[in-house]
Amino acid sequence: MDYLLTDEHKMVRELARKIADEKIRPVAAKYDQTEEYPWEIMKVIAEAGLFGLFVPEEYGGISPTVLGLCLATEELSRACGGIAVCYAASALGTIPIVLFGSEEQKKKYLPDLAAGNRVAAFAVTEPEAGSDASAIKTTAKKEGDHYLLNGVKHFITNGGDAETYVVIAMTDKKKGARGASAFIVEKGWPGFEFGKKEEKMGIRASSTRELVFTDCRVPAENLLAREGMGFIVTMKTFDQSRPGVAAQALGIAQGALDVAVKYAKERHQFGKPISAFQGLQWMLADMATQIEAARALVYACAREIDAGAKDVAKDSAMAKMYASDVAMKVATDAVQILGGYGYMRDYPAEKYMRDAKITQIYEGTNQIQRNIIALQLIKETAK
Amino acid sequence: MNIIVCIKQVPETTDVKINPETNTLIREGVKSIINPFDMYALEEGVRLKEKFGGKVAVLTMGPPQAEAALREAISLGADEGILVCDRAFAGSDTWATSYTLAGAVRKIGAFDLIVCGKQASDGDTAQVGPGISAHLDIPQVTYVKKIESIEPASEGKGWLMRVERMMEEGFEIIETPLPALLTVVKEINEPRLPSLRGMMKAKTAKIAVWGQNDLKLDENSIGLCGSPTQVIKIFTPPPRTGGRRLQGEIPEVVGTLVELLKNDLA
Ligand SMILES: Cc1cc2nc3c(=O)[nH]c(=O)nc-3n(C[C@H](O)[C@H](O)[C@H](O)COP(=O)(O)OP(=O)(O)OC[C@H]3O[C@@H](n4cnc5c(N)ncnc54)[C@H](O)[C@@H]3O)c2cc1C
Repeated sequence: MDYLLTDEHKMVRELARKIADEKIRPVAAKYDQTEEYPWEIMKVIAEAGLFGLFVPEEYGGISPTVLGLCLATEELSRACGGIAVCYAASALGTIPIVLFGSEEQKKKYLPDLAAGNRVAAFAVTEPEAGSDASAIKTTAKKEGDHYLLNGVKHFITNGGDAETYVVIAMTDKKKGARGASAFIVEKGWPGFEFGKKEEKMGIRASSTRELVFTDCRVPAENLLAREGMGFIVTMKTFDQSRPGVAAQALGIAQGALDVAVKYAKERHQFGKPISAFQGLQWMLADMATQIEAARALVYACAREIDAGAKDVAKDSAMAKMYASDVAMKVATDAVQILGGYGYMRDYPAEKYMRDAKITQIYEGTNQIQRNIIALQLIKETAK
Repeated sequence: MNIIVCIKQVPETTDVKINPETNTLIREGVKSIINPFDMYALEEGVRLKEKFGGKVAVLTMGPPQAEAALREAISLGADEGILVCDRAFAGSDTWATSYTLAGAVRKIGAFDLIVCGKQASDGDTAQVGPGISAHLDIPQVTYVKKIESIEPASEGKGWLMRVERMMEEGFEIIETPLPALLTVVKEINEPRLPSLRGMMKAKTAKIAVWGQNDLKLDENSIGLCGSPTQVIKIFTPPPRTGGRRLQGEIPEVVGTLVELLKNDLA
């Protein structure tokens, strides 16, 4: 379908596709197996300028738009959802600085992130605080010109490999959700260490680690926005980044469909290609249609954000939820179309299925997305 | 360091098909790309610029659509593109092409280095690069696989370049003063992908188009009438039949081989 993209967006798509085809696809299985961080690919993405897509031009970015970020993430994910999330998670860690950073903070951190010299991460989740982010226990106590951070974040994408972290911590427990604040923390600061690296089902090229803070001194000037704004920073960041997760799901779905169509044309049973069987044709037709519907939703949501729409929580949630559900279904069907070969690591289908699953879980599970959508629906009708 | 990279737009296929009636390449339905060997020339030019400063100008002779190749080269780091394009140049063989490109190089003016790919994937002659250097009367080094160093020449005038030149067996180390012309092989580097910034720049870059009016070349040395080459026949050679592999213990295999050589090949 023609989404009437601008020339610039077409360039982003073309470039990301080239990187995916020429650089990522040949190594996707290797990283999936070794769980190494894909630095060589991150360097390619950086040199191509794609890290500039989520940073304003005055800080070294290149025509930043949410749609551009989505197109890049989608194309990269088509070849490997794990490598793509290393990229997209850097966007997730950068967006709060773009949205809420002071002039000094932006000048200090954004140019390196835009150039891809540094990778970012965003840390909210804790062992006891997943869907219920308000239950976080990490504290930030003000002492003179700095804060002391204590606590543990876990399941943090790019954890350990990123240089720049946005961390949510409680500055005032009594105020509950209004007592959380966001901080920019740098790797290497005393009191900031990394726990174990998780071994995952999918997106195995990406790193997921624990962040451990023990009396970590964070200069007061690294407070993002104001004290108490922690969850507003989080919500506004997710509103902008969720289309990116949706785009990751979209790319995984498209990649799985590409594999399924190719295989169905090549594999012969009962004397004909299996693509000649209507049972499979209908599956492929449904897969393609669902992907296209998801794409339309994701792009529409991204465009709306780029146009400056204020309240995008519901649309952003819809895009993330729908695209990730489609990805899971399409990737599962792709395995089915490849039959026994689909189940084998020698063929790419099963990896898409493993990679797809996470998109239904992180940046708010799809149950939580449905909560957001329903809550908004009810609010809207109450007006 | 001012560098000129010569590129050619070619059909994207390693399996070039020839129309047996007209003896010309079949171009219909085939995407055009920059000659793959020229990508290494361009990359080397851009790397030298990044190291020593200066500019990279890409030069091509071809039909109007060859402009796309120049834009792609700009997206990969070149600073400007020049398209040599005129009906008067049509039908040029390698002699006339190198003569015409040499004319364009003169019009560009001062330069330190010309870099070309070792050959074009469609014509495969490997003659245009050396031809340009001959017409310009500057040194040439072909099949360069590594630029070892570029240093100020001992008398303090100009530059001295040291390169490794690929041979069938091993390599030669050659020193040449600049300006010079190099043709490069694919071992020299790994070409980069374009950058978003480069692509955006390429989209709006102004491409200079030079014709015979701009170059004012000798009328008898350009185009078809300036081309001494006569193509008698072009044909697709029949595919080679596969060889035969002898397997087993060496003394046995040697015996069989000797027998085969004696009997079957006699
Ligand atoms: C690979 C990976 C990478 C991650 N990267 C990051 C990162 O970079 N930064 C970061 O901060 N976090 C990250 N996370 C954390 C992720 O966002 C959380 O895992 C997610 O929000 C779910 O939290 P939980 O795992 O604690 O599950 P829980 O919240 O314990 O949920 C368990 C189940 O209960 C359901 N559930 C919970 N509450 C409700 C409800 N109210 N209504 C209905 N159902 C409900 C959930 O949907 C889920 O099915 C990552 C997680 C993973 C696995």
